[in-house]
Amino acid sequence: MLRYANPANFLWLANRLIPWLGASSAALAALGLYGAFFVAPADYQQGETVRIMFIHVPAAWLSTFIYGVMTLSALGTLVWRHPLADVAQKAAAPLGAAFTLICLVTGSLWGKPMWGTWWVWDARLTSVLVLFLIYLGLVALWQTIEDPARAARAAAILTLVGVVNLPVIKFSVDWWNTLHQPASVFRMGGPTIDKSMLWPLLVMAIAATLLFLTLHLMAIRNEILRRRLRRLSIIAAADETAGHAFSPGAAQ
Amino acid sequence: MNGSHIEFIVAAYAVTMLTVIAMIVAICHDHFVLKKALARFPARDVGEEGA
Repeated sequence: MLRYANPANFLWLANRLIPWLGASSAALAALGLYGAFFVAPADYQQGETVRIMFIHVPAAWLSTFIYGVMTLSALGTLVWRHPLADVAQKAAAPLGAAFTLICLVTGSLWGKPMWGTWWVWDARLTSVLVLFLIYLGLVALWQTIEDPARAARAAAILTLVGVVNLPVIKFSVDWWNTLHQPASVFRMGGPTIDKSMLWPLLVMAIAATLLFLTLHLMAIRNEILRRRLRRLSIIAAADETAGHAFSPGAAQ
Repeated sequence: MNGSHIEFIVAAYAVTMLTVIAMIVAICHDHFVLKKALARFPARDVGEEGA
């Protein structure tokens, strides 16, 4: 693990993993979509609208999973001072925001025909909206603070404060009387979904997770290159200043 | 899919596809811009124990 704390080693590994992860994600997404549209039957209550679940649920899973990854990265920054932890955290935040946005929009597009409304301020929907705002806040924080080390510490603290929202999202449907239905996959006693719907859903969730891992590695690679560029620009500027200082005309 | 709210299903999948494509394009564009900028500098050790 520590071997890949060196960015050069990490880049070597990422360049080899990215094509395989991307191809696996695409293949599983094709299989999952086939199952979602040609194997899974229409739901007896929701009808064909249940097809939206095959993208909504994986997006919802990723929105919390990515925050979990960011929480571990925040601990890596503050506690273990792993040199790639803050890079991983910074790279994950926009991806988390994008998948949470997909979750909110697809949920809304499912809610309108099923509930008769685009939005309700129930505990599950509101806590996911708060998660989306936290993601945006973290992205803004990284953009606002110029010094990467200071930005990393501030973002790590905000991430750890925001983690309290994760159990609220998960258990909101049990703690409060919500319009959003209770858990039907990750629950005590096993899933309540028929197998013909469950396997395409799980395949889509795995495909989405692999997509995130692919994009995350690509974004981490970009951040390493960005910091290398920053460092080289500073060295070049210092060299230029030193060159001027020792040039014949500099003493005048 | 008669009376099945197909427009909502199409919209949901379209939004997802567009968002995923936008993420991929943004990351790839960022990568090519950074590689191009880095190519201006001669290869040298920049002391990368950390990122």
